[in-house]
Amino acid sequence: MRDANDSTNERRRHFLGCMAWAGAGTLWLMKGGVLQAQPLGGADAASAADASFSFVQISDSHIGFHKEPNPDVAATLRASLNMINAQSTRPDFLLHTGDLTHLSRPEEFDTLGQLMSEARSGKVFYVPGEHDVIGDNGAEFFRRFGERQQAGGWYSFDHRGVHLVGLINVLNLQAGGLGSLGAEQLAWLKNDLAGRSADTPLVVFAHMPLWPLYPPWGWGTDDSAEAMSYLRRFGSVSVLNGHIHQIQQKVEGNITFYTARSTAYPQPAPGQAPAPGPLKEVPPGSLHRYLGIRDVRHVQGRQALAVTEEVLS
Amino acid sequence: MNAFRAVAVAMLLLGMQGGGVPAVAAPANAVDKPVRIDIRNFAFAPATLTVPAGTRVVWTNRDDEPHLITSAGKQFDASRALDTGDTYAVTFAKPGTYAYYCSIHPMMVGTIIVQ
Repeated sequence: MRDANDSTNERRRHFLGCMAWAGAGTLWLMKGGVLQAQPLGGADAASAADASFSFVQISDSHIGFHKEPNPDVAATLRASLNMINAQSTRPDFLLHTGDLTHLSRPEEFDTLGQLMSEARSGKVFYVPGEHDVIGDNGAEFFRRFGERQQAGGWYSFDHRGVHLVGLINVLNLQAGGLGSLGAEQLAWLKNDLAGRSADTPLVVFAHMPLWPLYPPWGWGTDDSAEAMSYLRRFGSVSVLNGHIHQIQQKVEGNITFYTARSTAYPQPAPGQAPAPGPLKEVPPGSLHRYLGIRDVRHVQGRQALAVTEEVLS
Repeated sequence: MNAFRAVAVAMLLLGMQGGGVPAVAAPANAVDKPVRIDIRNFAFAPATLTVPAGTRVVWTNRDDEPHLITSAGKQFDASRALDTGDTYAVTFAKPGTYAYYCSIHPMMVGTIIVQ
């Protein structure tokens, strides 16, 4: 049995090993049907110039969280939005991949909505995290932030030749299980994609990882393999998730999986702590140092081999 | 089981004090004393709990992450979101096996066996 000091030192060592944890957001550039990530605040004009369009993903703002390491999650979300607003190229839209709030409380949704209205972007698309559906199966979330396309809350839309799909995997969770899409949503997804050309670039987003990233901590979705079977025939598929408050990536054929950082607080790397949850030992006053991190990714689509490149600084 | 333990502890305490009182009355109803389950590191401790019918079980969230107590078979009411330090109590009147989980972290599972 470890004592408290061992545990604290271990966490501190771990923290030092992953300093660049907090994310302002990720600027996604669509180039020739292939999605590329740029650090928010670090994208140069040249790299944005040949993109057909861009959007920004932010995630896990956890409005209502008020403990270490971040007693002011509204301020760090606002800082992220300020960075988005400072971009030379205005993103076409924002994606928020869930956990807008910490406890699904009306006042938390109020604050989130007010903050997001400060973003200078055409529109914000949301999917709920498990923190947004507590007590009412997401009724309040969907009332405020839903797209109202399908009764279950999932939706899709086309933007400049790209097909985007927002999925819900935080409802009707079963004891002992992971995230869940459910038969009804899977049938809808299959049908939604059925008539589309394999040349259509796809962007699929949901809160919990849509691959078995670390099931012992619940980081995965029980029926994601079925969803992936519908996506596999497409030449360029990007799957964007949140939930785990850190960047993890995986390339599987033409499908690239990506999890985003949180605007609120980091979580430990898979298996590097007794349990998931906030990493507390962030030096006071240093949160903002970790905003605007570098994250560059380039994926060659429509090739047998995909290349992923990540730079953190 | 709890009644035995309560009496044993009471007798031990009396013995240590060297008191000459020959006997102490056991509580009229031993199951009045709630039994506690801690939620820590995304797990219920103890994960399986056996109690006599009529026991009040109290969960306390020791994590910084919110958790919920949800009956797997809708056998008892679900809690609201428990923030750090929040508690939730259920009195189990009828014998049976009550499986429960956290509905937002469903890998967290526990069982109450009521005898």
